[in-house]
Amino acid sequence: MAISFAVTIWLIVLATIYLFSGQMGWFPPQVSEHGGAIDDQFFYTLIVVGVAFTLAQVILGYYVWRYRSSAHKEVTYTHGNTKVEIVATVVTAVVFVTLAIMGQKVWAQLHLQGIPEGAIKVEVTAQQFAWNIRYPGADGQFGRTIPQLINDQLNPVGVDPKDPASEDDIVTLNRMAIPVNRDIQITLRSKDVTHSFFVPALRFKQDTTPGMAISSHFKALKIGEYEIACAELCGIQHYKMRGFLMVMSGEDFAGWLKEQSEY
Amino acid sequence: MSDSGNPEVHAEPTTFLRKWIFSIDHKIIGIQYYFLALIAVFIGLALSVLMRLRLAWPNESWPLLEKIFPIGFDGGPMTPEFYLALMTMHGTIMVFFVLTTAPQGGFGNYFLPIQIGAHDMAFPVLNMLSFWVTFVSMGVMVAAFFVVGGAPISGWTAYAPLSALGEVAGPGLGAGQNLWIISIALFCLASLLGALNFITTVLNMRAKGMTLMKMPLTVWTWFTTAILALLSFPVLLAGGILLLLDRLGGTSFFIPGGLVVSDTVIEHSGGSPILWQHLFWFFGHPEVYIAILPGMGVASQLLSTFARKPIFGYRAMVVAIFAIGLLGFFVWGHHMFVSGLSPLSALIFSVITLTIGVPSAIKTFNWLGTLWGGKIRFTTAMLYAIGFVSLFVSGGITGLFLGQTSIDVQLHDTYFPVAHFHMIMGVAALFGIFGGTYYWFPKMFGRMLNEWWGKFHFWITFIGVNAIFIPMHLMGIMGGLRRYAQSTEFKFLEPLQSYQEFVSIAAFITAAAQVIFLVNLFWSIFKGKKASENPWESTTLEWTIPSPPPHDNFAGKIPIVHHDPYEYGVPGSPRDFVMQTDPPIEKNK
Repeated sequence: MAISFAVTIWLIVLATIYLFSGQMGWFPPQVSEHGGAIDDQFFYTLIVVGVAFTLAQVILGYYVWRYRSSAHKEVTYTHGNTKVEIVATVVTAVVFVTLAIMGQKVWAQLHLQGIPEGAIKVEVTAQQFAWNIRYPGADGQFGRTIPQLINDQLNPVGVDPKDPASEDDIVTLNRMAIPVNRDIQITLRSKDVTHSFFVPALRFKQDTTPGMAISSHFKALKIGEYEIACAELCGIQHYKMRGFLMVMSGEDFAGWLKEQSEY
Repeated sequence: MSDSGNPEVHAEPTTFLRKWIFSIDHKIIGIQYYFLALIAVFIGLALSVLMRLRLAWPNESWPLLEKIFPIGFDGGPMTPEFYLALMTMHGTIMVFFVLTTAPQGGFGNYFLPIQIGAHDMAFPVLNMLSFWVTFVSMGVMVAAFFVVGGAPISGWTAYAPLSALGEVAGPGLGAGQNLWIISIALFCLASLLGALNFITTVLNMRAKGMTLMKMPLTVWTWFTTAILALLSFPVLLAGGILLLLDRLGGTSFFIPGGLVVSDTVIEHSGGSPILWQHLFWFFGHPEVYIAILPGMGVASQLLSTFARKPIFGYRAMVVAIFAIGLLGFFVWGHHMFVSGLSPLSALIFSVITLTIGVPSAIKTFNWLGTLWGGKIRFTTAMLYAIGFVSLFVSGGITGLFLGQTSIDVQLHDTYFPVAHFHMIMGVAALFGIFGGTYYWFPKMFGRMLNEWWGKFHFWITFIGVNAIFIPMHLMGIMGGLRRYAQSTEFKFLEPLQSYQEFVSIAAFITAAAQVIFLVNLFWSIFKGKKASENPWESTTLEWTIPSPPPHDNFAGKIPIVHHDPYEYGVPGSPRDFVMQTDPPIEKNK
């Protein structure tokens, strides 16, 4: 019993290490400026967690085998060891808190630094079960929106035509184009329930919380088409609330915007 | 603390109704809670099997299931709304009616008074009331399946405004969601009454000599859990009432202005969806510890008993239990990093979250220390206790990823947290319940469970849960999103499908193995080998009285405690263990 238990625990450890080695699948490819740092932080944490996990499980298996009653007759009568206890606590605390502080760097860059100047503005208004993407047009300003004007077919975000700033606004459905290597200021809103704007390749996820307009920023470094998925349960078609992020060259982006504005 | 417990012992009931149904005996109530949780766990398990069916083979039709659940299939594959209803109910039933009910309501009720040398709980009638309110609460919850529109689809977290807007937002969000809220409100009330009872009992009814630092660690965890329940359930209760008011009373606590659902403007204004998340998680995070703390207590009790050694670092264990309980109230924001919470407060929540790993690590360290140098007896109960430690490590340690703001951005709402919390508050906690069952069943029913079948059940379950939940972490790393009725609609999710199938097959085998447990349980109640007073050679008070115990537990003789709870392998002692009530001995003879 003891040996099979120990071996089972060790085999689970081996299988886990193999699974987490990246051989069996890993993060989607990463294309944003900040994403590399998130992946690195994951990797550092993986090392710490991997060592702690392996140590704890291997020792557990070893003790189970070593101290089985059929082999070990003399019990070591002890109520503990304060010195060892304190050392273990301090070491764990230092490692864990260091990790916590390291993990904050990317977060602070994303959320606590101001939006870089000259960033391209894009607004996302999520709804059951689609992404409405709006660009401010040449004036750089989004027009006013009024909920009462919302019409899924004709005016999906309820842009007020009386506001001069809304004249050149461009609204697209489920397709968001952005230029490569440019800072993007994204404003996230929702028409109905909470959704979450997730672009796996960007390492970017932010809930679109009704009643709030949440601003954030990112920069994509590689031209290509990437999927946008909803990450917060929003209703029956949550699993197919799909959009596309098209990262283009600056020229292509300008052309694309022009094309959209002609509709 | 009182010297001799409460002298007023209530009379033994004579009618069937008062003895078995509306009993005020904590032991009967404990058994009632246990069986309620047993029914709940098999309902929850069946729901998860149905979910796994759709996740692995989303386009397959199941004619037989369609006959049983005509509304869930709609002439072909399972509908996404039925999947979401299964998911909501699986989570809710498991968290509330299994993980909160069995370890605390079941074992806590039965063994807390006995382990501290009391004849019953402080408030026996209140105790009966808590059980029956829980019972009604579960009835209301299950009824949600049978109302128009079916069970709610908003998940066990019921995020507003999805949960607040009513049927317009989706099926099951009408009557089903109302019943869900009413059920949860009742459950909160019942847990509150139970918590008061537990706390008062521990503080007032300990037998002579049972100082706080002589209490078994199980008592410490039930006590701490009760404090957590006392402080967290009222918050959910308030949240639930406000949500119900938003739905039925036209208020706007969680619904902001200007919402438009399917081109219809919603007539609400001024509410905040984030407020619901704060209230929910202010309860929800301590709830995780409500589920797992009693398991830690049971694991400590069993590891010490079957390693035939005192628990390593008893004092540190008590401090760790309290530290976990206390810190557990300051980390709820880590569920909300991407919700629109202030990014600055996210930083603070993140640091406190990783700090809570420290007392958890101490516990693991001390469990290993307890095994070290021991003389391990591999009973089924011990297998579960060791399994608990292994799962606690695997499940707990991944919290180090999720607690970090930056990594959570990518992993939030993927299968990674699903794997993490299933491993720790799901199966680790269940291993605590299984361990407790094999250990205490002889005391509760006067007969032994079958050890061979118990071990058989253990092996399949232990390997099974690892096979289900370890690959699930990888699904999350690959970007797999939770609460998706299928993962076939996105290109980046394509590599997930083979994992979905593997996990489903592992889940079916593991689920099937649970029938072994059920059969063993019922067979042994009637046909099991007769149990002696102390079959495991344990030291705590429940093993000083007959199996099963008499109506007032100690037959009128309240015990006097002389020893620490885990005195095994004591040098110079005639047996390899010293009961807590054994007469004092001279040490270091």
